[in-house]
Amino acid sequence: MWRNRNRTIITMASIFFAVILSVATSSLRQGVFENLIKNVVSFYTGYMQVHKQGYQEEQILDNSFEESVETEHKILQEKNVSGVTPRLESFVLASTENITKGCLLVGINPEKENEITVLKDKIIQGEYLKSDDNAVLLSMGLAEKLKLKVNDTLVLIGQGYHGSIAAGKYRVIGIARFGSPELNDKVIFMPLTLAQEFFSASGMITSYILSLHHTKNLEPTATTVAAELGNNFEVLTWGDLVPDIKQHIETDTNNAKYVQGVLYMLICFGIFGTSLMMMVERKFEMGMLVAIGMTKIKLMILFAIESIFTVLAGCLLGIIASIPLVYYFNRHPIKIGGDTAETYQRFGFEPIFPTSVDASNFIRQGVIVVIIGLILSLYPMYKAMRVNPVSAMKK
Amino acid sequence: MKTVIDAHNISKVYNRKTIPVYAVNNVHLHLERGEFTALVGPSGSGKTTLLNLIGGLDKPDEGNIFINGVDITNLSSNELINFRLRNIGFVFQSFNLIPVLTAKENVEFIMQLQKMNKRDRGERVDKLFKEIGLEDKLNERPSKLSGGQQQRVAVARALASKPQFVLADEPTANLDSIAASNLLDIMVRLNKEENITFLFSTHDQRVIDRARRVITLVDGKIISDSANVATNTMHPTN
Repeated sequence: MWRNRNRTIITMASIFFAVILSVATSSLRQGVFENLIKNVVSFYTGYMQVHKQGYQEEQILDNSFEESVETEHKILQEKNVSGVTPRLESFVLASTENITKGCLLVGINPEKENEITVLKDKIIQGEYLKSDDNAVLLSMGLAEKLKLKVNDTLVLIGQGYHGSIAAGKYRVIGIARFGSPELNDKVIFMPLTLAQEFFSASGMITSYILSLHHTKNLEPTATTVAAELGNNFEVLTWGDLVPDIKQHIETDTNNAKYVQGVLYMLICFGIFGTSLMMMVERKFEMGMLVAIGMTKIKLMILFAIESIFTVLAGCLLGIIASIPLVYYFNRHPIKIGGDTAETYQRFGFEPIFPTSVDASNFIRQGVIVVIIGLILSLYPMYKAMRVNPVSAMKK
Repeated sequence: MKTVIDAHNISKVYNRKTIPVYAVNNVHLHLERGEFTALVGPSGSGKTTLLNLIGGLDKPDEGNIFINGVDITNLSSNELINFRLRNIGFVFQSFNLIPVLTAKENVEFIMQLQKMNKRDRGERVDKLFKEIGLEDKLNERPSKLSGGQQQRVAVARALASKPQFVLADEPTANLDSIAASNLLDIMVRLNKEENITFLFSTHDQRVIDRARRVITLVDGKIISDSANVATNTMHPTN
C-alpha cells in the first residue's frame, strides 16, 4: 500500500472527501433542525409541559390550574426531570400611541424561567425581570412594531380569568431577541404574580414547563409524569405542543433522505471511478502476479486488506478533518440575507444554517461511507477473481 | 534424457464462430531437460501463444501438454497456478517486475508464495544475485535499474522457484546489444552449469545464434525444427 503512495493517497482521498461531504451535508441538515428546536422548544415551549386536562385543545385562562408545591414535587419525582417552572399565558392586545398589536403575554417566575430557558441571555437592551417588578420584557420584533424602547410605557388589554376585563399600564424594563421569528414578533414577559393580578387569576397558572436531563426519548418520561399527576393533568412533549414544527422536521427529514441518497450515489460513483482507474492501472500487475504463481484467492485477500486499510484510514482522516469544519460552521452559521431571509422568517424560521456537532452524526456518516467503500471494494476482488493473465498482460 | 515438455497436436483457435484463425495449429513439441531452444518466426506466427500454452497461462482448444508427465490441460485454474509456481519460470519481454518492490523483494516474492523460510530465501537470493552479477543492486527498485539489469532480475525471479524450465518471451527485445549479450551469457551459463532448460521466443539473431535448437513457426505451424550445429559444437548437449 505505502510502496505506491500516489495510488493509495488517491484512493484514500476519494473516501476522505466523501466522508467530509457526507458529514457536512448531514450535520448541516441536522443543525438546521436542532436550531429550529432550540429556538422554539429549548427557548420557549420546553421539551415537555404539564397542563390542566383539555388546555391544549382549548387554550383559555379558564383552563388554568392552581400552582402548587405538591404538583411540582410530583413532577420532580421523575428522574429525567431536572427542573420545572410555572407560566400563565394568554393573548392580549398591546397598545402604544396609535399602534395596537395582538401578542402573547406570559407570566413567568423570572429565576426559575431563566434556569430552564436562559431567558436572561436573550436580553439585548435594558435588564431582566425580577419577581417584584411592575414591568414587562418585550420581544425585539414586537418592540420594533410598537416603536417602543426601554423605559417606555405599554398598555395591555385583554380578557381575564372567568371573563373579567384585564387592563394595565407597564414600563418596558428590557427587550429580548429570540431566534424564532414567530416568538420574536409576539411575546411579552412579565412576573408571574403581576400576570396573575392582571388576569385576575390569583395563584393560577396555565402550564408547568419542564427541563429534562435527556431530551432524545421523551415518551417514557411523559408517561411516568402523567401517571404521577393523574387524570386532571395532561403531559405533552414538544412534538404535541408544536406539531407543525415536528411535522416540518419529519417531512424535511424524509425529503432529505432522497437528497442524501443522491449524495451517496455520487459518493459511490466517485469511489467507484477511482477504484476503476486503479484497477486499469493494476490490471497488468494482477495478470503478472497470477502468471508467476500467485493464486487468485491470495490476490483477492491482498486487495481486500488493501481496501479495508484504505477505506478505514480515509474515513478516519475524513472524520478528523470534518470536525473543525463542522465546529466552525456551528459557531459561525451560514447566514441568509435578502428576500430569501424574509421568506424564511415569514415561515417562522431563523434564516441561519448552523451545523450540528452531534458526535453520532460523524460516526453514522463515517460508517455509511465505510460500508459503501467496502462494498465497492468487492469490485477489485471480483476483477482479481476473473483475471486472465494472458489478456491482462497484453499491452 | 528426461522429457520436460511434451505437447501433442495442440491448437489454439480464435474467432471460432466466425472466421477461425489458428494461432497455433496442430503443433507437436518435445523438449528434454537441459535444452536451450529458440522459437523463431515472423510476428503473428504464434510464438507467444505457443509459449502461453506451454506455460499454462492459456489452454489449448485441441491437444494435450505434458510437463514432467503431468497433463496440464486437465488442471483447474488454481491447480495450474500452483503448478506454474513450482515448475515454470517466466521471463517477459518487458521485464514485468513489480515496481513497488525492490529487486531483492521481487525475487523473494516467488519464494514467499512457495512458503520458503526466511533463511533459505535469503541464501537463494544471495546466490541468484551473484549469478546475475547484481549483488550491489539488491535494494534498488526496478525504476532505478537499467533495462538489462531489470531483465537480469527477471531471470533471477524466474529461477527463484527452482523451476523445471524457463519460458522467455522475447527476452532481449527491449535491450541494447551489450545488455542483450550480458543476459545471454547469464542464460547460457545457467543452462550449461545448472542444466536449466530454456525455451524462448525471439526475433533476435544473436539469441538464435546461441541457441542449440531452433524451432521455426509460421502461421501457427512448426515448419522446421533443427539443431544449431555451430552452437552444439561450442556447447555440446549435457
